[in-house]
Amino acid sequence: MDTKAAQYWKANLRLLISLLVIWFVVSYGFGIILADPLNAIRIGGVGLGFWFAQQGSIYVFIVLIFFYAARMNALDREFDVHED
Amino acid sequence: MDLNTITYLVVGATFALYIGIAVWARAGTTGEFYVAGKGVHPVANGMATAADWMSAASFISMAGLIAFNGYGASVFLMGWTGGYVLLALLLAPYLRKFGKFTVPEFIGERFYSQTARLVAVICLILASVTYVIGQMKGIGVAFSRFLETSYEMGLFIGMGIVFIYAVMGGMKGITYTQIAQYVVLIFAYTIPAVFISMNLTGNPIPQLGLIGTMAPGEPGAGMDMMAKLDQVVTDLGFGKYSEQVMGSKLNMFVYTLSLMIGTAGLPHVIIRFFTVPKVKDARSSAGWALIFIAILYTTAPAVGSMARLNLMNTIQTGPVGETTANIEYAKVPEWFKKWEATGLLQYEDKNGDGRIQYYNDKNADMAAKAEGFGWKGNEMVKVDNDIMVLANPEIAGLPNWVIAIVVAGGLAAALSTAAGLLLAIASAVSHDVIKGMINPNISEKAELLASRFSMIGAIALAGYFGLHPPGFAAGTVAIAFGLAAASIFPVLMMGIFNKKVNRAGAIWGMISGIGITMLYVFQHKGIFFIPGTAFLGDMEPDWFFGISPNAFGAVGAVVNFAVAILVSKVTAEPPEHIQHLVEDIRVPKGAGTATGH
Repeated sequence: MDTKAAQYWKANLRLLISLLVIWFVVSYGFGIILADPLNAIRIGGVGLGFWFAQQGSIYVFIVLIFFYAARMNALDREFDVHED
Repeated sequence: MDLNTITYLVVGATFALYIGIAVWARAGTTGEFYVAGKGVHPVANGMATAADWMSAASFISMAGLIAFNGYGASVFLMGWTGGYVLLALLLAPYLRKFGKFTVPEFIGERFYSQTARLVAVICLILASVTYVIGQMKGIGVAFSRFLETSYEMGLFIGMGIVFIYAVMGGMKGITYTQIAQYVVLIFAYTIPAVFISMNLTGNPIPQLGLIGTMAPGEPGAGMDMMAKLDQVVTDLGFGKYSEQVMGSKLNMFVYTLSLMIGTAGLPHVIIRFFTVPKVKDARSSAGWALIFIAILYTTAPAVGSMARLNLMNTIQTGPVGETTANIEYAKVPEWFKKWEATGLLQYEDKNGDGRIQYYNDKNADMAAKAEGFGWKGNEMVKVDNDIMVLANPEIAGLPNWVIAIVVAGGLAAALSTAAGLLLAIASAVSHDVIKGMINPNISEKAELLASRFSMIGAIALAGYFGLHPPGFAAGTVAIAFGLAAASIFPVLMMGIFNKKVNRAGAIWGMISGIGITMLYVFQHKGIFFIPGTAFLGDMEPDWFFGISPNAFGAVGAVVNFAVAILVSKVTAEPPEHIQHLVEDIRVPKGAGTATGH
């Protein structure tokens, strides 16, 4: 693998890992492990832990995917590996 | 017009629409049959993926699960959506770049082995067939309850409709039909939710109603809806809605993980990402799919909690313990009697007072208190999860046309998922087995014909199991997810992210991943689900760290990863050209149109 391709892949992995950390924190972290303490904070009529488990994590998932798609499109161009 | 006439009209109109689309979107080539010619716009593909993904279980069962499991049911909400993040980041763009027609084809080529391809075909067929049985059952039930036909007749009509558009149109027909089905099912789900949220909380947006306060005129007006619900259920000895867990926190963690990686490993979902024109479309299409899915999934917690509150308030009309606060059986609403007739709701007047007492008699404190009231046990002996969504419009007193749309929505959810699964099975048989292994020189025309016959075979098989549901039908969805999580997802991911994983590693990884998952399920639920053959009990204390068999797929996946990497370390590296192939799929450049060779 030449260095440019290796750099592209490294940049991709860096992005992937940071997004997967967020993915893990909002669902397993806020929604399950830390749900009880977070429930002390209220969002409307429900606890924050409950809200992340049944609403918030899903919204964050959507943002993560679109952010990844946009960042990767930019990376594709930067490293000149885009289609067409 | 009475309910039956309206239901016939609405369901008939949606079926006519699906058939019309089928005629318009006939498939002329194998490329169109397997992957819709790779010309589907990412937003359209996202919508079709959403319909493909949301089955009868999402539409009918999930809100019921949430209603009775409260916070514990979050595993389904996070598990069945979080998998799309894994798909978009770890699989979809690379598999699209690879540019072939099926999942086993990728596994066969990346691991340079027909054996690996065959193992993948077997995993795919097992996972998809077990999944499709549930859909067929859903179709039969919806017809028999609402159209007053027999279960068999309902099943045959459903099979006939799928037959027309799936056999004629293949992936192309299925994709455009699924878009129509998505529209039908999302309206069917959200309209009653809006009405109910409006009635209970005064807020027409269910996602806000969930965190809102009770509307004036409702019991507990001005109080937080969730606090009111917690109070109503705990007063009757049930678990506190907003805090009750499913098993344990560890079980919830592992269960969520199994559902997420199972979602990302289900072949009928993955092949949807082969249909978009470009690699970058595969990335964004997963996001669109999740938006369309999230509309239903973020509404479901509101539907579940409000349905539970409505149900409790219908039966317990005042303070617990006051004699007149329990509804008289003679005065129950019509929907109650209708669902009693189906056997999904059962009432037994244990203390002979003609009123209904619905409480948790397994809670010792509550049972003691209840004795003091002269109650002789919980009289709602059966409240099936599955009735919540279907009965919801009736419980809330909504007009007949809303009920008719809900029926059409349930059928759309079941039909769209069944068609997607059947295509995954048919393409594995015709493309991977017939073309890939038996007769590589088969002509395009002959392969197209073979794929249509495989589809007919798959529909017949699914119909047979729908008519004669095997004893394990209840455990099937768990198996489908367990299999996909423990076998397909790990090899796909390693195939892309680890160049050194070789043929032997992949094959042994898949076999040990599935093996341990099946063993765990069988030891607690019976060998091939035959009652009495389980050699360990199926209760929480018997489970490994309290992990339920349904949640074990994540452990199987970890075993798969570990075995594959270890075996690959002690055997020969993959050949040079395979390592180049992996480098090539990692960059989008040069994706072009897909080929079947």
